[in-house]
Amino acid sequence: MHELSITQNILNIVGDYAGRAVAQKVTVIHLVVGELTGFVDDSIQFYFDMLSPGTMAEGARLEIQRIPAEVRCRSCGAIFALEGYKWTCPLCGEVGGDVQRGREFRIDSIEVVQGADLTPGREP
Amino acid sequence: MKVSVVQGILSANDQLAAQNRDQLDQLGICVVNVMASPGSGKTSLILRTLDQLAGRMRVAVIEGDIASTVDADKVATRGVPVVQINTGGQCHLDAPMLRNALAQLPLDQLDLIFVENVGNLICPVDFRLGEDVNVVIASVPEGDDKPYKYPGIFLAVDAVVINKVDLLPYVHFDVAAFRRLVTGMNPGLQILEVSCETGQGIAEWVAWIVEQREKRRRP
Repeated sequence: MHELSITQNILNIVGDYAGRAVAQKVTVIHLVVGELTGFVDDSIQFYFDMLSPGTMAEGARLEIQRIPAEVRCRSCGAIFALEGYKWTCPLCGEVGGDVQRGREFRIDSIEVVQGADLTPGREP
Repeated sequence: MKVSVVQGILSANDQLAAQNRDQLDQLGICVVNVMASPGSGKTSLILRTLDQLAGRMRVAVIEGDIASTVDADKVATRGVPVVQINTGGQCHLDAPMLRNALAQLPLDQLDLIFVENVGNLICPVDFRLGEDVNVVIASVPEGDDKPYKYPGIFLAVDAVVINKVDLLPYVHFDVAAFRRLVTGMNPGLQILEVSCETGQGIAEWVAWIVEQREKRRRP
């Protein structure tokens, strides 16, 4: 359910950066979402389609890069994917570990069309 | 043209949470964010704690629920200030909601505030409020596999309270394996075993809470 407010945050940040870049239009939004966060791609897309009309991001493509969860074993230092190993190191059997990746939740970059490129006769 | 952003999507909430935290730090108030699934005993633990702290510490409670004042009504019977937040469908509390709730409390007369978050193991994790201490309750009938299914919350908390330990003879919950797993995930974690029904372990929990508050007392 909270993807609604999340998507509004995304639009606010995108609008802010697009404005600073003197953009006419946002074409692509690159998001980075770790598997350990509670955010669902389809749900973000659903609310984006609902909230973006009338903003600079209307019609923009959401590119969501999912980051799989990776854990570093505190005993032997092995790095393993969380999904298969259930928090047990496949090399030494130690339970637990330090999360290396998988908690990301950020906007990495946006692709915009600047004002000048929208003049008639010019392909953005 | 590509524009680099690299900004956390929750940065607006994080900023307001930091403001809440600054305000509470200046007042020397410790805020405990209690998270758990529905029915795990969040309200029961808060009620038990209020009974133990009566006359020792000035406590208030902020109750977060999607709807109703059922929990707030129970807390009010203990004679402490209580604010009900109804999120109207939203699955978690956030920093603006805490800010509004704080404005309704006599902050200059408080040492400790318990925030009962919406019953949910997923969404509350990502939204900071301005709290000092995060706690998750894992109740025995829910099973000992929750850290596998909801790693985010067990990575985010300072303490895990295993509630309903009086039911251990009747349901499968391997306490040793659970402790080993959550300690492996989050080594600094405090683990407390309690029963809000019998009162077992409540004194140790309350002692831990008092210790957290003392650490944050304004000099």
